[in-house]
Amino acid sequence: MASGVSRVVEVLKKYEKELLTDWLAELKAGGTGNDGRVSETELHTQAKEFLGTLGEASRSAGVGDIERPEWSPVRDFLDGVSRARVTQGYSSDQTATFIFSLKRPLFKRLSKEIGSDAKVLAEETWTASELIDKLGLHTIKSFQKTREDVINRQQEEMLELSTPVVKLWDGVLALPMIGTLDSARTQIVMESLLQRIVDTGSEIAIIDITGVPTVDTLVAQHLLKTVTAIRLMGADCIISGVRPQIAQTIVHLGVDLQGVITKANLADALALALKRSGYTVTRNKA
Amino acid sequence: MAVTKSEVIPIRTEHDIVVARQAVRRLSVEAAFGLVDQTKMVTAASELARNTFIYGGGGTLQCESLLEGARRGLRLTFTDQGPGIADLSLAMKDGWTSGSGMGLGLSGAKRLVNEFEIESVHGQGTRVTITRWK
Ligand SMILES: Nc1ncnc2c1ncn2[C@@H]1O[C@H](COP(=O)(O)OP(=O)(O)OP(=O)(O)O)[C@@H](O)[C@H]1O
Ligand SMILES: [Mg+2]
Repeated sequence: MASGVSRVVEVLKKYEKELLTDWLAELKAGGTGNDGRVSETELHTQAKEFLGTLGEASRSAGVGDIERPEWSPVRDFLDGVSRARVTQGYSSDQTATFIFSLKRPLFKRLSKEIGSDAKVLAEETWTASELIDKLGLHTIKSFQKTREDVINRQQEEMLELSTPVVKLWDGVLALPMIGTLDSARTQIVMESLLQRIVDTGSEIAIIDITGVPTVDTLVAQHLLKTVTAIRLMGADCIISGVRPQIAQTIVHLGVDLQGVITKANLADALALALKRSGYTVTRNKA
Repeated sequence: MAVTKSEVIPIRTEHDIVVARQAVRRLSVEAAFGLVDQTKMVTAASELARNTFIYGGGGTLQCESLLEGARRGLRLTFTDQGPGIADLSLAMKDGWTSGSGMGLGLSGAKRLVNEFEIESVHGQGTRVTITRWK
């Protein structure tokens, strides 16, 4: 393909209509559009629009490099299709089929156009094949990126949901932690607790670790850092839910929790917090 | 002493540390460990799995359920092909860390189990074996 413009460019222009018809037939035969997730009209519009932008990009910048700026409308278009397919629940290979189904119609038109010159046909077929592969790969990459984004967002939402900061009393906040304290989550927990202490002007924060199955050095380190930060803000911190087995393990690990107030359960922690805030709880005799 | 059961868990990602802890918890229960012993073994495993992941660049955990006479036990072997530990006695010291940890993982894990063995060849990798008996 050393000499000038690829014949692929010419074929894309000349047979735009025919390519569309053949491509849609391929897609239909491959199963796209048959399950009601994408309607036939929608598919038709997408395919037509794609061929349009493809033709334009190929005419202005050739088909050798789809990373060129002239190709950005094509890439954007494919990104859009990928995003839509993610929400419609397609898999990555089903999504890539959208592009790969264009191969056969394109080859067919090329061979018709070039005829018996085997050498040229082989070269142009190779060029077309490379082009479609690149577009297909771009689609898969974009699909995966979108899916990762969706998963990350869901994860973040979950993180926030699972770390509520609860107001127990005027000036007393509690933070029930549940599950494994991996670093990402602990960071969020810590930030939201500190923020809530500021917002509510609380004097005592209770971190409850009843729902944390393992306290190892990493978890202990996170807890100690949080306690230090809370103190620097002028508030007090109690760690509750330190069950006997956890207490023993912490001691064996060699973690020094001295100076940190710990309680076996949340009720004891609340009683202490109330006492420190100057409340006395009494029971009315009947 | 007989090995009654053996399984290998890859430690390649942060999430594998969680998987490793859960497996050790399950096997500790199977070995009829009490709650304190379970917690000790799981915590030791968590420390060593994290070292394998962070410093060893990933590796494996082999869990072996043991039987000696009527006594049941659990042996965990953490292996990696990472950089190894240049100075073992330093690494075993309370509070020594080359990173940003507390420097208590290795020494703490040793205190949490009945048997502790560590081999490390600088430039070739590290293997830590711990055993706890009921
Ligand atoms: N598998 C390993 N491969 C290479 N180096 C290791 C390995 N395990 C531990 N080390 C080295 O030994 C040091 C001490 O490990 P140890 O687990 O005691 O503390 P830490 O991981 O630094 O902190 P902590 O475990 O308290 O969070 C580490 O900082 C690291 O330099
Ligand atoms: Mg460690």
